[in-house]
Amino acid sequence: MSSINFDIAHLLAGSLVLVSFLELYQDRLYALLNVYAVHALALAASVGWQAFAQDAPHLYVTAGIALVFKAVVIPVALHRMIVRLGIHREIEKVVGVGPVMLAGIGLVALSMVVILRVTQEADPLAREDLAFALSVILLGLLMMVTRRNAVSQVVGFMSLENGLVLAATGAKGMPLVVEISVAFSVLIAFIVIGIFLFRIRERFDTVDVQALDRFRGEHS
Amino acid sequence: MLTVILACAAALLALAAFAVVIVRYAAATPIIYGMTMIVTAISLAAAATPLFGAEPAAMRTLPLGLPWLGAHFRLDALSAFFLVVVDLGALCASLFALGYGTHEQAPQRVLPFYPAFLAGMTLVVIADDAFAFLFSWEFMSLSSWALVMAHHREPGNARAGYVYLTMASFGTLLLLLAFGLLAGPGGHYSFEQMRAAHPSAALGALALVLSLIGAGSKAGVVPLHVWLPLAHPAAPSHVSALMSGVMTKVAVYGFIRIAFELAGAPAWWWSMLVLALGGVTAVMGVLYALMQHDLKRLLAYHTVENIGIIFIGLGLALAFKTYAMPFAAALAFTAALLHVFNHSLFKSLLFFGAGAVLTATGERDMERLGGLIHRMPQTAFLVLVGCAAISALPPLNGFVSEWLTFQAILLSPQLPTWGLKLLVPAIGAMLALSAALAAACFVKAYGVTFLGRPRTGAAEAAKETDRFSLVAMIALSAFCLIVGIVPGVFIDALAPVSSSLIGAHMPPQIGAQWLSIVPIAASRSSYDGLLVFLFMVISGALAATAIHRLASDRLRRAPAWDCGYPDLSPVTQYTAASFAQPIRRVFGSLVFRAREYGEMPPPGDVRPASLKVEISDLIWDAVYAPIASGIGVAADRLNRLQFLTIRQFLSLVFGALVILLLVLAIWS
Repeated sequence: MSSINFDIAHLLAGSLVLVSFLELYQDRLYALLNVYAVHALALAASVGWQAFAQDAPHLYVTAGIALVFKAVVIPVALHRMIVRLGIHREIEKVVGVGPVMLAGIGLVALSMVVILRVTQEADPLAREDLAFALSVILLGLLMMVTRRNAVSQVVGFMSLENGLVLAATGAKGMPLVVEISVAFSVLIAFIVIGIFLFRIRERFDTVDVQALDRFRGEHS
Repeated sequence: MLTVILACAAALLALAAFAVVIVRYAAATPIIYGMTMIVTAISLAAAATPLFGAEPAAMRTLPLGLPWLGAHFRLDALSAFFLVVVDLGALCASLFALGYGTHEQAPQRVLPFYPAFLAGMTLVVIADDAFAFLFSWEFMSLSSWALVMAHHREPGNARAGYVYLTMASFGTLLLLLAFGLLAGPGGHYSFEQMRAAHPSAALGALALVLSLIGAGSKAGVVPLHVWLPLAHPAAPSHVSALMSGVMTKVAVYGFIRIAFELAGAPAWWWSMLVLALGGVTAVMGVLYALMQHDLKRLLAYHTVENIGIIFIGLGLALAFKTYAMPFAAALAFTAALLHVFNHSLFKSLLFFGAGAVLTATGERDMERLGGLIHRMPQTAFLVLVGCAAISALPPLNGFVSEWLTFQAILLSPQLPTWGLKLLVPAIGAMLALSAALAAACFVKAYGVTFLGRPRTGAAEAAKETDRFSLVAMIALSAFCLIVGIVPGVFIDALAPVSSSLIGAHMPPQIGAQWLSIVPIAASRSSYDGLLVFLFMVISGALAATAIHRLASDRLRRAPAWDCGYPDLSPVTQYTAASFAQPIRRVFGSLVFRAREYGEMPPPGDVRPASLKVEISDLIWDAVYAPIASGIGVAADRLNRLQFLTIRQFLSLVFGALVILLLVLAIWS
């Protein structure tokens, strides 16, 4: 494989990690959704490049799915959802931007160390891809843990899933069926979570998940 | 034959489903028990043939269970023998239940589970892969648990069921680990492959210990017996008989299958472990039994004792097998198997007797019974036969198997190691002690329950039990007598079993003179049950005739001497507690930390004097109570985990993932 192929794959996967960092400190929901759309775009570009580099035409389908659903349909739907919920102007206090970014850097370092050491014999392209994918997954989890708003937790979950797709496409020979089923499962999760958001809102007048804990009666 | 047996098991499962449908009708009880009788009789006939005609093991694989494994079944001599035990017990229990079951308060809680329980036991003994074995084993445990919980509102039964379920799951877990070890990394779960695999010494030893604890907890080996005296009496009496007489034997089967066949060549310490456990079990079981006043619980503790005797036999067989003494090993092994068969006979008989007493009086507490020999003469006689058999009195069957075990113990000086040379006689002494104490215990149980005067109105109003129950008890007592008189036939039938597992069998007994049995050589020892029986019958008949001729016409009835106190109440009779007191004084202070508190009011005080006895169960206090309280404390601590917020749960997952990755990063 020529080194330009490798460099471009590296660049695109790395940009995915970068956008994950951008997501971490967005405290406005609109901005967060826009960044998520960029995240999905980066994923689509990365997967598309993988399709070209690995000469695997079915990966173009995956890239298309990522482009249509994750970069367009889901962000637009979430936009409309938060407008209907009337929380589009809300500012969410992120729990200390500095520590969260530092923790994110630590997680990326950790995933690099783990993956690069475990997969020494593997194809270098797959290695880099896996390391970036694990970073994206961990950053998505970090976002779910640090956020309070249900919408931003959903975004965290979605970007975690983008990391999974990145990992899956990095490995050669993954059948299309798996990718399609992953994409559909995300869509279903999105629908379910959307419905839940409205139900939570109807019941508690807020999508702050701490309200749920209050209503359980343990943290009065 | 295997096909017939599998069909019978399927028929039993179908009966269980059928019972659910028809349980609302009054005719359900006779229909279900009648059908189980027919099915178990067919299965019994099919299982008995391989023992008497030398047939090769039959095998069959059914497309059930794990898709790549299937369910393997195999009928060899060992399975056939245990199947005979299961089916004979089940046949008699079903016959007994034709009468006993009509008194059942909640037939819908018994009828569906009864055939399922029988099917589970049948499938365990013919299973030929680990998956089928464990599945049937757990099926047997769960269906018997449901039967234990049949009368769940009675005090203590819920706890009995809980303890039983916990111990059963624990035992199955250990058996699962044992099979996992034997299957090896290749996952060869069929017994055929395990037999061919020859596990390494360490692996085999681990599997043996696991199976000893796992199967031992089901069989009731001390200190894993705690559930047994709680659960066995809680079930309806015919089920108690099956659990005590048959299910514990299925557990013994599991142990034999692993220890003698699958775990490879025995190491020197295996037999010592089994022997020591057997000896402790025998003595502790009978001591516990002596302290009991509840008839069914006393019988359950005696099961513990008899399991001890069986394990002593198996331990001896292992010892002789280790040092390549095949004929001695065959003798010990045959003794253990014969005791398995005998115990299933007389323990079922005694539980049926207890069930008959329970239906007639509604009482299980001996201190509230008495004088039943006049009200239930036939039951009283049959229970007497059972008591004599379990106390190992000739000419009945209990004597034969215990005598054979002693014969094997007497061969122990030929063993080459000093450890066993010293241990085996000590075990022999424990066996003798437990046999003597068992006799004392059954004198107590029989005397207090059936002799004397009735202590309560319930005992006074007792009526003889029904025909079906009597026929079942008569059949079992006849078997006890037959095995006692012609043991040679049964020992010869066990020859294929012992040749398949030990590689040798006892010399054929049929040809011996006067139907006597000669375990080793005629010059050494022999026993002739028939002659003993004839002597007892003839001398008894002569004595009875003489007494009748000379003394009967001079009989006169007069009031008993009452020491000057008129109107003695039945409460002043000798009680079970007073009978057990000397033995409690000797052993109890050590084993049970028994304390007696006597209170004698001073002269002039009109309060009655009182005597209070406190008995504590050291095994429960030392082993189970700390475990239970430890689990309770841990559960209390961990309870907080249930009340975290969503973000805290997510953080837990996140933290666990990061920590695992860190471990990976540092270690690799």
